[in-house]
Amino acid sequence: MDGTDPAVVARAQAGDRDAFGILVERHSRAVFRVAYRLTGHEQDAEDVVQETFLHAFNQIGRFEMRSSVATWLYRIAFNCAHDLLRQRPRAARHDSIDDEQGAGMANRLADAAPGPDRQFESAEIDRRVKDGLSGLSEQERAAFILRHFEGQSIDEIGQALGLQASATKHSIFRAVQKMRRAVEPLLDGQT
Amino acid sequence: MTHLTDDDLVLYFYAEGEALPGSLAHLEACVVCRERLDELERTMSAVSASRVPERDESYGRVVWARVQAQLDQPEPSRWRGWLSLEWLTRPRLAYAGGLAVLLVAAFVAGRNWPAPRDSQPAEMVAATASRSTEAEAHRMLLESVTGHLERSAMVLTEVANVRTAGAMDLSEEQSRAGDLVASNRLMRQTATRAGDAGLADVLEQLERVLLEITNSPSPMPQGTLDAIRTRIESDGLLFKVRVLESQVRVRRDADPASPPATKKS
Repeated sequence: MDGTDPAVVARAQAGDRDAFGILVERHSRAVFRVAYRLTGHEQDAEDVVQETFLHAFNQIGRFEMRSSVATWLYRIAFNCAHDLLRQRPRAARHDSIDDEQGAGMANRLADAAPGPDRQFESAEIDRRVKDGLSGLSEQERAAFILRHFEGQSIDEIGQALGLQASATKHSIFRAVQKMRRAVEPLLDGQT
Repeated sequence: MTHLTDDDLVLYFYAEGEALPGSLAHLEACVVCRERLDELERTMSAVSASRVPERDESYGRVVWARVQAQLDQPEPSRWRGWLSLEWLTRPRLAYAGGLAVLLVAAFVAGRNWPAPRDSQPAEMVAATASRSTEAEAHRMLLESVTGHLERSAMVLTEVANVRTAGAMDLSEEQSRAGDLVASNRLMRQTATRAGDAGLADVLEQLERVLLEITNSPSPMPQGTLDAIRTRIESDGLLFKVRVLESQVRVRRDADPASPPATKKS
C-alpha cells in the first residue's frame, strides 16, 4: 500500500480514520516543535498540537493537496497558536515562559551532563532566542520559525501563511535582524 | 565595489541564493562581505542551538490517542441538557462552579482509564447516565472527578517514592500518566473557561508533571527522576491534588444520592 502523504490523505478523505492517525503520528513532532517556538510554552504547544489535528480532521475533506501536508498543518497550527495567544493576556504568557525556563534549567542541571558553565551558556541562549522570538510580530515569528528551524522554502512558507513571496522574504529579513539584535550581545560577550 | 546588502546575505545564508547569481562570486572576492556572512552564520548557529522540549518516537501515538478521545466525545448538544439540570444549580453545591462543567471531561477520564479500580466501566456509566435520575448523574460526576484525582495522586505518589541509584523502569507509571494527560487537559480547559482559576492552576501543574513523566525516556534516568520528584515536592503538588480530591470526596459522600456501598472509608 502506498504510504506517501498524498496517498494517506486520499484514504483519510475517503473516511479511513486510521489513515488520518498515520498523518498525526507522522507529523506530530514537527507540529509540536513549531507550536512550541510560536507560543514559547510547552503546555500551550501541546494544546496547539491537539487543536491543530482536530481542525485538520474536520478540514481534511477540503484539503486539495496543492501544498504538502506539513505546510497545510503548519498553517493550521499557526492559526491555532494565533487564537490561543490572543485569548491569553500578555503578562500571563511571560509568567509561564519564565516558570518553564526555571524548570528547564533545573532539569538540565539535574541531568549534569555538560559542565555548569556550558549549561548556563545554553540556558542563556535559550532565553535570548525565546525573548527574540517573542519580540517578533506573529507573521515574522511564523515565517522565521518555518524557514530557520523547519527548513521550509520561501514558497512553502508563503503557502502556509497566505503571503506573497516578497512579503514572506521581508518578514524573514525583519525577523533575522531582530533575532540578531537579541542574540549577538551574548555572543559578543564571549569573544 | 558594491557590497551585498544584509538581505542578500540572509538569502544566501538560507540557500535562496540561486536568485542572486552574483552573490557567490562577490563573496569569493570580498573579505568584508565574507566576514559579515561569517558573523551571520555564527549568530544563526547559536539560534539553531536553542532547544525545544524533546518528544520521542511514541509522541505521535500519544497525540493520536488524545485526538481520538476528543473525536469520540459525544456532541456537545447531548450534554447541554445535563448541564442545565436543576441539581447543578443547587446552592449546596458550593464548589459546583468549577466541577459542574467538568462533566464531559470527567466522563472522558473514566472512559480512557483501562481498568477502573472502584468505579464502573465507562460503557456502564454512559448507559446508566442516559436513564439516570438527576441525583445519579450528580453522583457519577463526583465519582469521575474523584477517580481522576485519585489516579493522578497514585501516579505522583509512586514516582515520588521511587528510590534508585540509577535509571529506573517506570514504563507502567509513564503509561498511566499518559492516559491521564488527555482527560486532565480537558478538565483544565473546562475549568479555565468556567473561570475557576484555582482549580485550573492545580490542574495545569498536575498536567505539566504528568507530561514530564509521560515523555521522559524509558528507563528513566536518575537525573530526570530526581527533577520530577523535586517538582512534585517543591510545588506541593501531591498535597494540592489530595486536598482537592478530599474536598470532592466529602461532597460525594455527603450526597444523599450516594449509595452506602460506593462510599469509601
